[in-house]
Amino acid sequence: MYVYDEHDRQILAERVAQFRDQTNRALAGELEEDEFLPLRLQNGLYVQRLAPMLRICVPYGMLRSDQIRRLARITRDYDKGYAHFTTRQNVQLNWPAIEDVPDILEELSEVEMHANQTSGNCIRNTTTDQFAGVQDDEIADPRPYCEIIHQWSTYHPEFAFLPRKFKVAVNASERTDRAAIQVHDIGLQMVRNDKGELGFRVHVGGGLGRTPMVGPVIREFLPEPDLLTYLEAILRVYNRYGRRDNKYKARIKILVKALTPEGFAEKVEKEWEHTRNSPTRLTREAIERMQGYFTAPDYQALDNATDLLAQQRFEHRAFDQWLSHNVTTHKKPGYAIVTLTVKETGTPPDDVSDRQLEQIADLADEYSFGEARVTHHQNVVLADVRQDRLFELWQALQPIGFATPNLDTLTDVICCPGGDYCALANAKSIPVAESIQRRFDDLDYLYDLGRIDLNISGCMNACGHHHVGHIGVLGVDKKGEEFYQISLGGSSQHDASIGKILGPSFARDDMPEVVAKLIGVYVEKRTEEEEFLDTYRRIGIQPFKEKVYA
Amino acid sequence: MPEIITQDGTIKQDDWVLVSRPEEGESLQLPEKQPALIPMDIWLADPHAIVHKPGLGIWLESHDEPERLEGMVNDLPLIAVNFPKFSDGRGYSIGRLLRERLGYRNELRAVGDVLLDQLQFMKRCGFDSYALRPDKDINKAARCLNFFSQSYQAATDTDIPLFRRRAG
Ligand code: SF4
Repeated sequence: MYVYDEHDRQILAERVAQFRDQTNRALAGELEEDEFLPLRLQNGLYVQRLAPMLRICVPYGMLRSDQIRRLARITRDYDKGYAHFTTRQNVQLNWPAIEDVPDILEELSEVEMHANQTSGNCIRNTTTDQFAGVQDDEIADPRPYCEIIHQWSTYHPEFAFLPRKFKVAVNASERTDRAAIQVHDIGLQMVRNDKGELGFRVHVGGGLGRTPMVGPVIREFLPEPDLLTYLEAILRVYNRYGRRDNKYKARIKILVKALTPEGFAEKVEKEWEHTRNSPTRLTREAIERMQGYFTAPDYQALDNATDLLAQQRFEHRAFDQWLSHNVTTHKKPGYAIVTLTVKETGTPPDDVSDRQLEQIADLADEYSFGEARVTHHQNVVLADVRQDRLFELWQALQPIGFATPNLDTLTDVICCPGGDYCALANAKSIPVAESIQRRFDDLDYLYDLGRIDLNISGCMNACGHHHVGHIGVLGVDKKGEEFYQISLGGSSQHDASIGKILGPSFARDDMPEVVAKLIGVYVEKRTEEEEFLDTYRRIGIQPFKEKVYA
Repeated sequence: MPEIITQDGTIKQDDWVLVSRPEEGESLQLPEKQPALIPMDIWLADPHAIVHKPGLGIWLESHDEPERLEGMVNDLPLIAVNFPKFSDGRGYSIGRLLRERLGYRNELRAVGDVLLDQLQFMKRCGFDSYALRPDKDINKAARCLNFFSQSYQAATDTDIPLFRRRAG
């Protein structure tokens, strides 16, 4: 994991001092509300329906146990004792007092954390695969590149006032795309060219929100050292030509569409010609230096614990289920990747208490070299667990509720905070997730259904990524009442697609039944090896429509 | 006389007058005794046509294309870039292009909605003087120009990004 040096520490200390000064001036009335707004947003502080929220940056989802403990302490001392995991691998506090925020930021800085650029019209936290570095299908570990991008984008003087927010994601796996890069402003797919050289395929202009789009490719192969100069060229074209007259048309996807991907690419290439050989071009040494931070932990030479696990599975059916669903193959023999499911029916999805955070920190220390990761699905990953200790870990997880083996099933819902917390919401989203979780509480049935992504957003802003859910749910407002529109067939994987709207929306109480009917159609029509998305793609939306609106 | 901040944080008296774009059918109104900044495109229409003894410079709107000044920038003693709203970030790109691409060496000034907390970004993007919005406390400018003692990326102020300094 990345470790700060004296430069990082100094810059962050200056940032905290700056925000303290800005907050003091705001509280003293020297800064107008609209002047303070972007400053506090770029320090993670935004105000929602009920209270200010502080979005804390977790670069590409990685946390050390001491950082998790500090988060726990902060939620206790400054907040109501719980935090929320976001779909961008960040952590959010829901009720901090504005005047406390500089102190919170100072406490975070002591453990090399911050809330920089987690909000506002700037370059946001760069995200990647939560299994980065521990799976064997990676072109290369994406995290060094994420950290390089992260540092380059931190307080970038030219791009602090973009037309809109700007999100970059990197994916390194050839098989899957857990980082959903094609629905980001910039999506970077790591690739190797014919000569075996490392580089990136560059997607620009993907996004969700009102105008969902899959990002077109503007460059098939960007050599590794050119990463930053090329990003800078894209950002400069966007900063200069992106629309600023209408915030709904201000994302880069609208510019790419207006210029066409070819036209946009041409502008970027032209800009890049001027800067590609500037000192911002990465050096081999800088890349290797960064890679040095992301070396493998102190793995032991182990064999796979195949026999032991087989026996434990045989003896404990629940362990067997958990192993099949929440444990993933590790590239190192004898190790495994474990996903803790933080979502339990009856608690708001994705909220964790201070106590749970401390439990996660303890588990990370005990089982996974003191590190944990936050996923886009708002779960927590222990990436380096010894196979011969999986049973012990599973037993430890049971009493604290992190072992629900529902990963990637219908009840592993992605859900935005919605009307319970968010000022922009048209409708609540958490109760919908809960009612569906309750309706489908039979695990065997869930496993039989296979992978189904159910994504719920409380409004068009699509924080719950409903467009790319196999089943997407969007809260809408109909004459002051909360309704829910369903879309089918979205995907954020390599075969990314935007879901199609099923038809008229439904009342909240009907939602579990409607979802059950959709599932019914799938079960009836599927062939042996088909998952929900395959069946949908084969038979189309019509049979689902007929059943639901019959 | 209005006060201007320079990039080292000093306050100087300055009498350049920003001449706004004339309305339809009206002509450009230059001040009699003071140096004047005129809209870029009016100057570009014929760079030798307007002679103004006290001094002549130009100003750019945030949507103007600085590339149009290629080869001529250093004929001008002062170029100003207007920030119509502080949240309009186009001026930062214009600053860098004028300095780094077009090689502009004379004074580059930020005008318009210029507030304290953006000064260091402006400095990093090549601006070396700032006409602070009059309601802002000019005595706080020097501090705001120097919140950060170093930076991660290259810009106009330094072409050496931190990753290269770390190597050294
Ligand atoms: S999708 Fe809408 S309701 Fe949900 S968190 Fe985002 S802005 Fe709020």
